Amino acid sequence: MSAFAKSEANETFVLNLGPQHPATHGVLRVKLTMDGEYIVEAEPVLGYIHRMHEKMGENRTWAQFLPNTGRMDYLHALAYNHGYVSVVERAAGIEVPERAEYLRVITAELNRVSSHLLWFGAFILDLGGFSPLLYAFDDREHILDLLESVTGSRLTYCYFRFGGVYNDIDDNFVPGTRAFIKRLRERMPMYHNLVTKNIILMKRLQEVGPISAEMCRKYGATGPVCRGSGINFDVRKHEPYSVYPEFDFDVPVYDQCDSMARYMVRMDEIEQSLRIIEQGLDKLPEGPVMAEKVPKIIKPAKGDYYHAVETARGSFGVRVVSDGSNTPYRLKLRSPTFSNLSLFGEACQGMLLPDALALMGSLDLVIPEIDR
Amino acid sequence: MNCGAIKQKLAASGAQAVTETEYARKGFALDVQVAPEQLVAAVSVLDAEGFFIEAVTGVDWLGEQAALRKEAEAKAAAEAKAKADAAAAAGEEVPAAAPPAEQGELAEDVLEAVYDFNHYDGLCRVTVRTRVPRSKPEVPTISQIYPGADWHERETHDFFGIIFVGHPYLVPLLLPEDADYHPLLKDFRP
Repeated sequence: MSAFAKSEANETFVLNLGPQHPATHGVLRVKLTMDGEYIVEAEPVLGYIHRMHEKMGENRTWAQFLPNTGRMDYLHALAYNHGYVSVVERAAGIEVPERAEYLRVITAELNRVSSHLLWFGAFILDLGGFSPLLYAFDDREHILDLLESVTGSRLTYCYFRFGGVYNDIDDNFVPGTRAFIKRLRERMPMYHNLVTKNIILMKRLQEVGPISAEMCRKYGATGPVCRGSGINFDVRKHEPYSVYPEFDFDVPVYDQCDSMARYMVRMDEIEQSLRIIEQGLDKLPEGPVMAEKVPKIIKPAKGDYYHAVETARGSFGVRVVSDGSNTPYRLKLRSPTFSNLSLFGEACQGMLLPDALALMGSLDLVIPEIDR
Repeated sequence: MNCGAIKQKLAASGAQAVTETEYARKGFALDVQVAPEQLVAAVSVLDAEGFFIEAVTGVDWLGEQAALRKEAEAKAAAEAKAKADAAAAAGEEVPAAAPPAEQGELAEDVLEAVYDFNHYDGLCRVTVRTRVPRSKPEVPTISQIYPGADWHERETHDFFGIIFVGHPYLVPLLLPEDADYHPLLKDFRP
């Protein structure tokens, strides 16, 4: 028996990734059982930033919960605004003026672009490339400025109200947004030349981190994760809400199932979102931005209601149970990355540790949204 | 994707009630009420049809039985009053008010486990509900069918204390690891 022969004894060891680790983008801890550089088992440990938003919802009026929605997925706060106001509008039967719906779509799509840009920079940073982050943040800064002028805040937006939006856009918003679209369209080829066609990135992502379509279904994965596995599922097309049916846009789908496919889905989505914003600015109707007859105290009829929206990370659903009073009886928030992360344990088995980190980056995790 | 066909199959699997709801009003297409024993059969039907799991959650219906009784009493009182008024208007002798009916113990309040399923190629969101008594909240796990239900069930156990029988690892997910309280119960006091 040679000195290097494998012994009978269990030679695995436990490696703690996080809760303070740059690759986990927040306070996520992963307990890894390792066999050398290979992962035998991975168990994500959650709850480090759990704030019990669902209980908070039961303790305040329908309108008072609005600011909470921007504090779960802080990168795509407007989509969370949109999901919550939509379900309450559905429950209470509130009609929204067309201009307000257009403003909602335009700002939510701008927010989606800013979310994808941040993911792009942080993802490449995970893989060891520093400079794309600086380029992405440069572009993202323009969106934050545009949204700040409309919504009043730069990150945790609370712009939508039951029956409309909080205020109308100013004179600079439309030309500023058009200039930004032009700028980002000119920058996208640079991103592709600098990053997408980079041989190191290709070697790190192609055929790494496979997630099959069946695995997506069993775990309930949505958003770019399932679209990178060949599933054409986008809530904006699948169960159209707001004024999305009036826009012409494509849903990028790649069927390679690897980390590269998920990367490409998001890069293509940036361009599709720009198309939506441009059409929105072209068609933006005149009119009020707030419905006239919205009661000050909302009391939806008894029963339960569901509404889903497409956030940058997947399908966000809100189920509310109303008992006819001015506070929600029950408020369930179905966050997309909770489901997307739950497949990580199965997907990363047998992978090299650096590849698993690339896979984790391609899931686009936002921890406050998982923990809620 | 045909919601009607799925309704048939769910009804055949032993569901107590399968109701088609108005999607535009409610946000889901089928509302399925099952007994806890029939849950696995109903979920297996959805799995075979290619549904994906969206979420598992709970609702605490504490006080529902008392509210139902109060509602029934109010209705009975209103009816008696209407009858008396009608009699008075007709000039007849007002019948003496019937003594309130003797009522037994209130039935126990329930916890409801709610499962949301959706389909990748067709608009058919299915909501499956099962009701269990608050004193013995035991529901069979579906994590052997949908591994994604594992975390959702752990979260529901955290928040409501619903025990998913057969779950491989029912320890707190979002709450601290030694948590012995269930914050979304209506009688929870911090």
